[in-house]
Amino acid sequence: MVKVNGENVNIAGKTVAEYLATTAYDSKRIAVERNGEIVPKSQYDSCILNEDDVIEVVSFVGGG
Amino acid sequence: MIPTRKEWMEALEERHGIALQQKFSGATVAVCGLGGLGSHIATTLARAGVGTLILIDYDRVDITNLHRQQYKADQIGKYKTDAMAEILKEIAPYTEVKLMTGKITRNNCAAFLAGADVVCEAFDRAEEKAMLTDCVMELLSDSYLVAASGMAGIGTPNSIRTRSVAKRFYLCGDEESDVDDVGSLIAPRVMLCAAHQALTTLRILAGEFD
Repeated sequence: MVKVNGENVNIAGKTVAEYLATTAYDSKRIAVERNGEIVPKSQYDSCILNEDDVIEVVSFVGGG
Repeated sequence: MIPTRKEWMEALEERHGIALQQKFSGATVAVCGLGGLGSHIATTLARAGVGTLILIDYDRVDITNLHRQQYKADQIGKYKTDAMAEILKEIAPYTEVKLMTGKITRNNCAAFLAGADVVCEAFDRAEEKAMLTDCVMELLSDSYLVAASGMAGIGTPNSIRTRSVAKRFYLCGDEESDVDDVGSLIAPRVMLCAAHQALTTLRILAGEFD
């Protein structure tokens, strides 16, 4: 299991890109944190999620 | 009469203590976007005696900015970089200011932000916020990022907060109030978020990372 935003999700073995494709997240408006570090967008296709990884998807909203 | 540089530094040292002021004076902070967030971040950091500010914006001052941004009516039409440089000259004349009038992209961000100890993300659009986060985290391995998300509307001030998302990455705001949903930007709520960013920046410079 991978913990995503506090919930266990059965996505170990998938890449970040593969996981995001199953969600409604717009990859242009998010940052993905994995075990305390931001995963660069250039690595979404290659970064494979491991068992017990802790992920947070941060969704930015507009205004400033 | 404008105080001398020596008088200026002594006043800052009296308020902050010498050790802390040396950290602020020796620092370079980039402010990306000089609107509701960035214009307040820039003036606050200049007042605090941050030595060098890199100010980045491509836009000009518009009449619809004046309700929440630091600019003055007679600055409408000027580039925000130039207008902010004028304001900072009046507020804190010994701040070193580097102006970048243009759009930050993935290709130019390393050059625009070179030397910044802390990068403050103060853009409007969610896509730009995400782009800058990606660039700083991937390409500027020595810089901290203090970003903002969620300060639109007239919601409670108490939902604006700061948290550490990842190593070198702090996020300020309520992370919910999207200007595209709520339709308004109310000056003091935007300023609160800017104050969170400015304080977080100074705390990073001071070595306070909790």
